[in-house]
Amino acid sequence: MKPVTCALAALALSLSLAASVWGGRAEAAEAVAPPEVDWSFSGIFGTFNRASAQRGLEVYKQVCSSCHGMDLVSYRALTGIGLSPEQVDALAATHEVNACCTDAGEPFTRPAKAADRFVSPFPNPQAARTANNGALPPDLSLIEKAREGGADYIHAVLTGYEETPPAGVTLMPGMYYNKYFPGHQIGMPPPLSDGIVTYSDGTEATLDQQATDVVTFLTWAAEPTMEARKETGVKVLLFLIVLTAFLYALKRKIWSDVH
Amino acid sequence: MEANKTWKNPIVAWIDNRLPIFSMMNADLVDYPTPKNLNYWWNFGSLAGIMLVIMILTGIFLAMHYTAHVGYAFESVERIMRDVNYGWLMRYMHMNGASMFFIVVYIHIFRGLYYGSYKPPRELLWILGVFILLAMMATAFMGYVLPWGQMSFWGATVITNLFSAIPLVGQSIVTWLWGGFAVDNPTLNRFYAFHYLLPFIIFALVFLHLWALHVHKSNNPLGIDVKGPQDMIPFTPYYTIKDAFGLGVFLIVYLGFVFFAPNFFGEPDNYIKANPMVTPPHIVPEWYFLPFYAILRAITFDIWFIPAKLIGVTMMFGSIIVLLFLPWLDRSPVRSARFRPLYRQFFWLFLVDCFVLGAAGGHPPEGHWIWIGQVATAYYFAHFLIILPLLSYLEKPRQLPSSISAAVTPGGVGISAKGVAE
Repeated sequence: MKPVTCALAALALSLSLAASVWGGRAEAAEAVAPPEVDWSFSGIFGTFNRASAQRGLEVYKQVCSSCHGMDLVSYRALTGIGLSPEQVDALAATHEVNACCTDAGEPFTRPAKAADRFVSPFPNPQAARTANNGALPPDLSLIEKAREGGADYIHAVLTGYEETPPAGVTLMPGMYYNKYFPGHQIGMPPPLSDGIVTYSDGTEATLDQQATDVVTFLTWAAEPTMEARKETGVKVLLFLIVLTAFLYALKRKIWSDVH
Repeated sequence: MEANKTWKNPIVAWIDNRLPIFSMMNADLVDYPTPKNLNYWWNFGSLAGIMLVIMILTGIFLAMHYTAHVGYAFESVERIMRDVNYGWLMRYMHMNGASMFFIVVYIHIFRGLYYGSYKPPRELLWILGVFILLAMMATAFMGYVLPWGQMSFWGATVITNLFSAIPLVGQSIVTWLWGGFAVDNPTLNRFYAFHYLLPFIIFALVFLHLWALHVHKSNNPLGIDVKGPQDMIPFTPYYTIKDAFGLGVFLIVYLGFVFFAPNFFGEPDNYIKANPMVTPPHIVPEWYFLPFYAILRAITFDIWFIPAKLIGVTMMFGSIIVLLFLPWLDRSPVRSARFRPLYRQFFWLFLVDCFVLGAAGGHPPEGHWIWIGQVATAYYFAHFLIILPLLSYLEKPRQLPSSISAAVTPGGVGISAKGVAE
């Protein structure tokens, strides 16, 4: 065989082996592949659909936040999905946070400020477990990045509940059947259903609409700097492509007397 | 080329007369004679050097905002991502930089294997390179622990526990490494200290690597010695521009990941804060350790009174240590695989074997992957310990060209006595 053929054969075999590792990961999680959703934030020019993200915040406030915290996200960051500073202040003020202390050394509570992080529904993990049949509702700040499949997977779980499990599946007490959750038994009751949320912009709150909106919001929360990253990336890469083309031309010119 | 080059600028001349730093730069970066036939595989050495600098710079900026404490490490990394100006850029460049550094260095190593760059008189140059690889692996492993995610914690637990395989003192060594009885705050603190120290040791090793390189100069795709100035060209402008062009292409790939797929090489589990009470279902190291992980897990049986774990650990470290002896295992006088018809085929087989090992390391050790990993491990060692020594005697190399300039660029320029291209 010629060296080039050899190298190509080796490369092809190697790439297929690398791909098998990716396949193996999904296999290990025993998960059904989540359906692909056309997200506003996917692709190199993707941005968060502001209206959708704000509706997602409403879903989080009205549904998710009764069990799930978002410890890493501060209220002030919400200006990133188009809330005005006044709206942020008003939202923060609806929550109370513990503070220390009065001049007499007494702890007290005060309304949250824009600089505070999202106030958690439970004071500690033990309280969260006690209220949730022993299961700990995970913090949602990074949930989109912390699950194989990302946004598609979260969307699939939120819409993947089935009231009656398939024949032969016995659910443990207090568990629910979910097509996309690894192992299919999930401790979280179906959180969303048609009309469970009332949108302030009048959008019809179908199950799929709510799931799409809240996942847009959660994806923003997992990485609020995504838009800055992609925007910078397009400029940097355009610059590099032009620069590299010039460097190639220069290389050809400089090397012309060697060849 | 000449030690006492005369400088026009009086200040430069004054300094150079007392500390010949300008002469040195001129001799090693400008006039430095280089074989005229280096192909693009020779770009990866300078790319590795540039990656080291990028890693040190982004790392120092990250260190300004990172907190090495089990209670704050994960949160401080997220603060870098969210609140520090361009913190996301520093962190993603550092994170993807580790993967890119390994890609570049692995290509650099396989280039050395193909063209026989480890053969006399460059054995020490090669050995220094193996030490750089070892130091890189230690640095990367400890760096992966710092964000204190689930994979950080459990990776650290699995890898540090390897030392418990050492007979008699194993468990004591593990306790000593941890600074306690589990991976905990003292472990994180010392890993941070070492992660900051080791890159500077790598830097010193790279300096020695380059020093050794500049004694006998670069090998080349033909693997034959340079016969005279007609075979050489000065590093500047020829290789400065070729390296600059290569850097441009490399940056497009590297920054493409940074800006558009920054978590491609990562594990989602590492965005979950470390929890000693919850073991992830599938603990995997970073991709660049997968072949070694496969070798570690290949031994599933005790041999006589030696436990499987000890053999696995020994073989994993042995898979790198064997590289140190490569210049004496391969006795063929011909360097380049271009003139070694049999070695060339075994080279590609070995490359495929490394990918098979990587795949075996990435899968859970079940079913076919167990024996695939074992066969690939056996072949890895057979390549160095059996095939290469045998080939040295059995193979009949092809006729070598008489010189570089005769073989590739009969009409091109070379270096004159003054050190400039004509």
